[in-house]
Amino acid sequence: MKNGTEKYSPLNRYRVKKFLNRTGLYILLCTITLLIIIPLVWMFSTSFKLKSQLFTKEIYWIPKVITLQNYTKILNNPSTPIGRWFLNSLIVASITTTLKLLIDSLAGYAYARMDFPGKKQIFGLLLATLFLPGVMFLVPNFVTVAKLNMLNKFSGVIIPSLASVFGVYFMRQFFMSIPKELEEAAQIDGANTVQIFIQIALPLAKPALATLAVIEFLGSWNDFLWSLLVLKDRAVQTLQPGLRTLQGAYTSEYGLMMAGAVIVAIPVLIIYVFMQRFIVQSVATTGIKG
Amino acid sequence: MENKKRKINLIPYLFILPHLIFFAIFVGYPFFNGLYISFFQYDYLRPEATTFVGLKNYIDLFTPGTVKFLEFWNSMKVTVTFVIWSVPFLVLIPLGLAVLLNLKIPGTNFFRATFFAPWVLSVAVISLIWWWIFQSEGGLLNYYLKMFGLPTPRWLSTMPYAMITIVVATVWWTMGYNMIIFLAALQDIPPELYEAAEIDGANSWQRFINVTLPMLQPVLVFIIIITIIASFNLLGQPMMMTRGGPAQPTGGGATEPVMLRIFTEGFVRPFQGSAAAMSVIVALIMVIFSYANFRIFRQRE
Repeated sequence: MKNGTEKYSPLNRYRVKKFLNRTGLYILLCTITLLIIIPLVWMFSTSFKLKSQLFTKEIYWIPKVITLQNYTKILNNPSTPIGRWFLNSLIVASITTTLKLLIDSLAGYAYARMDFPGKKQIFGLLLATLFLPGVMFLVPNFVTVAKLNMLNKFSGVIIPSLASVFGVYFMRQFFMSIPKELEEAAQIDGANTVQIFIQIALPLAKPALATLAVIEFLGSWNDFLWSLLVLKDRAVQTLQPGLRTLQGAYTSEYGLMMAGAVIVAIPVLIIYVFMQRFIVQSVATTGIKG
Repeated sequence: MENKKRKINLIPYLFILPHLIFFAIFVGYPFFNGLYISFFQYDYLRPEATTFVGLKNYIDLFTPGTVKFLEFWNSMKVTVTFVIWSVPFLVLIPLGLAVLLNLKIPGTNFFRATFFAPWVLSVAVISLIWWWIFQSEGGLLNYYLKMFGLPTPRWLSTMPYAMITIVVATVWWTMGYNMIIFLAALQDIPPELYEAAEIDGANSWQRFINVTLPMLQPVLVFIIIITIIASFNLLGQPMMMTRGGPAQPTGGGATEPVMLRIFTEGFVRPFQGSAAAMSVIVALIMVIFSYANFRIFRQRE
């Protein structure tokens, strides 16, 4: 090494560079965070504004006058019964989730642990349909639901969704991942299949059931297209098609619409805050499946 | 043949039966019924008007000059345009974010949770939010553009801006999903590979090119395919933000994707047969991508 270049020790230079890199990195990450959060803040902010404050020369992030008027107005307007829609969404999502957990854990357990003629073929068939696009079921399932007289009924949304293969696959993968010893021990003790499933396997599956419950609840709560097709009457609508009704019912009353969006988003955001790890984890592991 | 007639155990079948019944009615049966309906002039509200028309629904879609032809292929063009505009962003931005978050710096968990958050919202919510932001009167974006003396286009009703609004809303909404999958894949790369590259004197860019990208290649292809499929399903954003518009002189809307066309054809207008035929064509295209996806997935196993 040549003399004179030793003034800056390489170690220090490395540290300075690392510090600058890190600062730059944090600035970048915080900028992206802002871009993510701003639309949400704007939604909340608008929902508390009077109409007269929406089109002002200057934009106020914190409303000059904070009003709950938008919320009370959409809650009390019979043409946009958002309270009713909220209840409808809650009922549909809860029933869907409960039934799916029941049906899918039963089927998942059978495909994971039991031997029976035709198992490979049937499960192979289920898996193959995972690659079929939803669009091809839209028209025929709508026709079926109409023929079964389930239009404008919650059953028209709940029952077709029970056909989904995802939960079965998800539960099967879980049951296959737990060690067999406990179930074998119970079998030696004389427990039958049903007892083993209820007393041994299901309690072990609590974390998987919790994850599936969150995914299915969010999926049902957020469902847009199918609910829009089946639930047409305002009284039976759920929140997602309801937001579209809200958008059509008011012209340039953005405060009202953002209040509606807040009411729809809040439960989901609360669930996300508490169950974030479950949700992210499930995407990381099942995302590979598509 | 076995001599002893083995008693078939019914219990496994009872376990799978509840799911299998729903599966048969709402996945198995419609698989065939969808094809069947596509050969009819079908109106579910007026069963008496339903008539067998053979391949007419398909022929209409492939006869240049007809309204159905123009509307359908315009919507296919819009869909492909959206795929081309959105997929690069939905792959590169999440990849960049995942690489940044994989640097193991303090606060990673917070950033990861925040970047993913929009994904849990529904399409109706995010469409309403962005629709309001992009409004030319009172909208947030044009307010700031005006403040900086920049042009303030009518975002939602002129091209190419209407398409841009849909791409922006979609990237904001779904980039976190791809990011999480990239992040999981990055964490699976053995650290020894990086150490070896570092000993060989590779700088961080060289390590990214020579270690990260090759190791990530299968996931990269997988993400590109699932993102193309997801973008093909575009519906809610144009339905609520641009209403498929602006209208085009040649027929159809400039942001009306094929799913919105099928929705209009089969559920706003009384043409379920024609909508079913469109669905079959779209489904065929998507199955090809899904099959590619499946093959790559199998290779990885």
